[in-house]
Amino acid sequence: MAHGPAKGLSRWLLTTNHKDIGTLYLWFSFTMFLLGGFFAMIIRAELFQPGLQLVEPEFFNQMTTMHGLVMVFGAIMPSFVGLANWMIPMMIGAPDMALPRMNNWSFWILPPTFLMLASTLFMEGGAPNFGWTFYAPLSTTYAPSTVTYFIFGVHLMGLSSIMGSINIIATVVNMRAPGMTYMKMPMFVWTWLITAFLLVAVMPVLAGLVTMMLMDVHFGTSFFSAAGGGDPVLFQHIFWFFGHPEVYIIILPGFGVVSQIIPTFSRKPLFGYDSMVYATASIAFLSFIVWAHHMYTVGMPIAGELFFMYATMLIAVPTGVKVFNWITTMWRGSLTFETPMLFAIGFVFLFTIGGFTGVMLALAPADFQYHDSYFVVAHFHYVMVAGAVFSMTAAVYYWLPKWTGKMYNESMGKAQFWVSFVGFNLTFFPQHFVGLAGMPRRIPDYALQFTDFNMMSSIGAFIYGASQLFFLFNVIRTIIAGEPVNRDKVWEGAEGLEWTVSSPPPYHTFTTPPPVK
Amino acid sequence: MANTADSNVTKTVGKLLAVVVGMFAFVFVVMVPLYDVLCEQLGLNGKTGGRYEYVEAGVDSSREIKVQFVASNNEGMPWEFRPTVTMIKVNPGAATDTVFYAKNPQPENMVAQAVPSISPSRAAEYFHKTECFCFNQQPLAGGEETEMALQFIVDQDLPADIKTITLSYTLFDVTDRVDSDAVVSR
Ligand code: HEM
Ligand SMILES: [Cu+2]
Repeated sequence: MAHGPAKGLSRWLLTTNHKDIGTLYLWFSFTMFLLGGFFAMIIRAELFQPGLQLVEPEFFNQMTTMHGLVMVFGAIMPSFVGLANWMIPMMIGAPDMALPRMNNWSFWILPPTFLMLASTLFMEGGAPNFGWTFYAPLSTTYAPSTVTYFIFGVHLMGLSSIMGSINIIATVVNMRAPGMTYMKMPMFVWTWLITAFLLVAVMPVLAGLVTMMLMDVHFGTSFFSAAGGGDPVLFQHIFWFFGHPEVYIIILPGFGVVSQIIPTFSRKPLFGYDSMVYATASIAFLSFIVWAHHMYTVGMPIAGELFFMYATMLIAVPTGVKVFNWITTMWRGSLTFETPMLFAIGFVFLFTIGGFTGVMLALAPADFQYHDSYFVVAHFHYVMVAGAVFSMTAAVYYWLPKWTGKMYNESMGKAQFWVSFVGFNLTFFPQHFVGLAGMPRRIPDYALQFTDFNMMSSIGAFIYGASQLFFLFNVIRTIIAGEPVNRDKVWEGAEGLEWTVSSPPPYHTFTTPPPVK
Repeated sequence: MANTADSNVTKTVGKLLAVVVGMFAFVFVVMVPLYDVLCEQLGLNGKTGGRYEYVEAGVDSSREIKVQFVASNNEGMPWEFRPTVTMIKVNPGAATDTVFYAKNPQPENMVAQAVPSISPSRAAEYFHKTECFCFNQQPLAGGEETEMALQFIVDQDLPADIKTITLSYTLFDVTDRVDSDAVVSR
């Protein structure tokens, strides 16, 4: 076995090393984050004032669609896969992932896929413009011709995710160091294991859905066309049967990250470890029986509305268990507020707000008012940005000294947190109000009375966007010129196998399994 | 040691691949048919069933139900399409006939498909069509017009609180889906 990394470009193209692949995933997802962020800036610039000033409505629709697709499938999901690649083998005492060659494939599918998706922007007919939820018949009968690229792209992304998650499950199930029982695994490993099962279960559903679209568009079937005996509402059922588990796929690894960070900086073990595991599993299970809360207005019978309403509200229970456990972990701990901890606390606080608005939306009678308004936009950005993205940022600050062996600049990190925090809330808090007042989502123009709140949103978005460039700067500065940390256990309160290897870790770790206490 | 680990990994991967294939198939062989069956059974979406076999069960002349007819064109459909009568009062159990008028004002031959929907959707399972133009596609040559037949029975078991049923048809242009010349010249 080779001892060090190969040299040059082929190291990255051909690598089967979990750390290299993790790094690739992380850089790729950050690039996508900037691209998706750029689309968001166009959206917010157009919405700065009422009326149409910068872009055509058709292009605006392409921006909302591409922003959603790139952020969900290009930024958030791959970033957590990258984190899983880096951390899971080191956390369970395994030398690498179970299927290193497949690992290389699941990464290298992604860049061409997103290049292809992004290139539709320059094609005749323009990029997909039917929203990230791509409801039929918008995405079938009325779709731009580039929809075929979109379908192919979704197939490839799905393939990549499925391979990635099979790899994670195979690793966790088979490669734990002796003594690393399931109930000793770090929470991050647990949450990813459950996420991977969700992915294996629902990515094929998404693939099936886009396959049906493909057949409707090109082969004359009518799954979603009433003219031929199909039904567009069927599309929504299948989409959300995938879509709701998908939102938990996005957030569960974030739960795991926060469950690592909060104990470290509270200098106390995680409160209620077992209940955290069971709560995660029940969230995953429940996520399969709540999908129609996205479809209250399609004309379901009242029994359906009630079932999905109560099932959705039930999810708040295990979610609440987690939030209370994090808070209890901090209770009477000797807290310090390094950057990862700030982001983790910001996560707990803001995610909880998103959970509350979720419960508001879960109320079927109220949702008839809120549905497809900016209130929904505010809700899901609280859970996805302040949830997934904040936890991912926390993870980068937390493990960056381990990965690089160098310390980031703490004051810059803290500054980035506060700027992000203010920018984020300035962007999305006002959207609750305009949403409740009736501003619909996905439109390039709006009624005059929404102007002030929209200006606030746009300014907040520019601030938040700028803070991400600042983050990039801090990371690059650390890699080039950070202070060496020179110790295995970077954070004094940290627990876990990853802190028993040097910083940066050698190219191959745990070639002989470590002892597990 | 290394070998048993490898074969365990292979086993895990095998099981997971089975799940992947299973879930992909699940969409096609379970979700789609299940959706159709559920919609039909529960009358969701106002979907009505297929052809009904008439059973002699007597007429309930104690109450009259208003049946209203609505016809609309799907986007881009140029035909004239309307019910010849917009409302009929019927006794549950009695078979009733009516016709819809359709005209293709375009010079080309076209084929249309009407898709029915009932409201309130609870009434869908009590509304039986023994004959309906919606069971077949309707071809019309350019400029041609026709009357399209519908025969229905409202079930005697219709809940008492339903006094009015609206049957609405949406007409879709399906010319591209079928070979219109072949159908028209038939
Ligand atoms: C207590 C937990 C939650 C509840 C009760 C909840 C409930 C809901 C409901 C009812 C809607 C539909 C609103 C509408 O369209 O009218 C919705 C939308 C959404 N939620 Fe949540 N949610 C919760 C947590 C989350 C989490 C953790 C995420 C992701 C990380 C998430 C992501 C989304 C997204 C992306 C949408 C909008 C989808 C779209 O139409 O584009 N939610 N939520
Ligand atoms: Cu949902």
